[in-house]
Amino acid sequence: MEYFAIIIGAIFVNNVVLSQFLGICPFLGVSNKVNTSLGMGAAVVFVMGISSIVVYLLQYHVLVPLHIEYMQTIVFILVIAALVQMVEIILKKISPALYQALGIFLPLITTNCAVLGVAILLVQNGYNLLESFTYAVSTAVGFALALVIFSGIRERLELNDVPVAMRGVPIALITAGILAMAFMGFAGLV
Amino acid sequence: MKRLNILLKGIIKENPTFVLVLGMCPTLGTTTSAINGAGMGIATMFVLIMSNTVISLIKGLIPDKVRIPAFIVVIASCVTVIQLLMEAYVPALYETLGVFIPLIVVNCIILGRAEAFASKNNVMDSALDGMGIGLGFTLSLTVIGAVREMLGSGSIFGYKFIEGDGLIAFVLAPGAFFVLGYLMVLFNKATARMRGAVNKKE
Repeated sequence: MEYFAIIIGAIFVNNVVLSQFLGICPFLGVSNKVNTSLGMGAAVVFVMGISSIVVYLLQYHVLVPLHIEYMQTIVFILVIAALVQMVEIILKKISPALYQALGIFLPLITTNCAVLGVAILLVQNGYNLLESFTYAVSTAVGFALALVIFSGIRERLELNDVPVAMRGVPIALITAGILAMAFMGFAGLV
Repeated sequence: MKRLNILLKGIIKENPTFVLVLGMCPTLGTTTSAINGAGMGIATMFVLIMSNTVISLIKGLIPDKVRIPAFIVVIASCVTVIQLLMEAYVPALYETLGVFIPLIVVNCIILGRAEAFASKNNVMDSALDGMGIGLGFTLSLTVIGAVREMLGSGSIFGYKFIEGDGLIAFVLAPGAFFVLGYLMVLFNKATARMRGAVNKKE
């Protein structure tokens, strides 16, 4: 039941993009086509799942025993950057097909603040290993969901006649605002 | 004169929020009120000045191939310093900004300035550039925060001028997107008009 609450909470109620404002850059950047946003979403689910486990082990088996919790930010960002590189190399070797699909999105994930944000949040919330993994994966699924919905809307938006001053980022932001309002309907669900 | 230009260009011409559209996460996430926005902007500005200065000082020592990881370590150290200082001296602001303080590390503005400016210029210019861009960022965040606070809770900088609640949606998530979107439209309109006036004069 607790896990169910974490899953629903992370996907809908506290959607990482639309209510916590993490990962806005890829949300605005790679959301022009539904296909690319599906690829990006899958890559984020993959990396966040792995990074949550690594970050958990690092926090409770390295940083806390050594009493250097204040090094958290530096350690986490380095580990995430290294991890993304490693995932890229391993994927290239083991599953070229998956690498082809996710390849171009992987380097972009290092700069996705949602990955670092989730790492810090899961430590702050004091989750255990399994809860951390559940939380990270469902947050990533929420990210993918928002991205796919948004890209679907943007594909339609391409066909419309938008005033000159609103073209590009402004209209995307206003669309995202309406979407965020829709997601507010989930508030109080958990 | 050149130095003044470096300082001032970040405010309008290369405004990080409205022109370069960088660092969107803190821009949307921390601007629930004018004070929060200003606090986030100032924290980011200090990190920018510090990281630009340090990177400019050690730019000759870093091999070209590993410069990005090296920059990230420098930036993360600066952020940790600011984080500890804020926790000690402004605990209330530290609480409200929460996860966004450590996330200054992945703010693209900072790595962007390190790569585009500090790794090529001298210390003084780099520090000024950090200050200019930081000021631009602080200014935009304060404006967004002020608009949201005004519409959302009928107050500005905590000073209430309308009785009762405002439109709560503007303090919550959707308002952030709406306010930033429409402010960008206004900014585009204004700069387009300014450019038109300059063209006419010529």
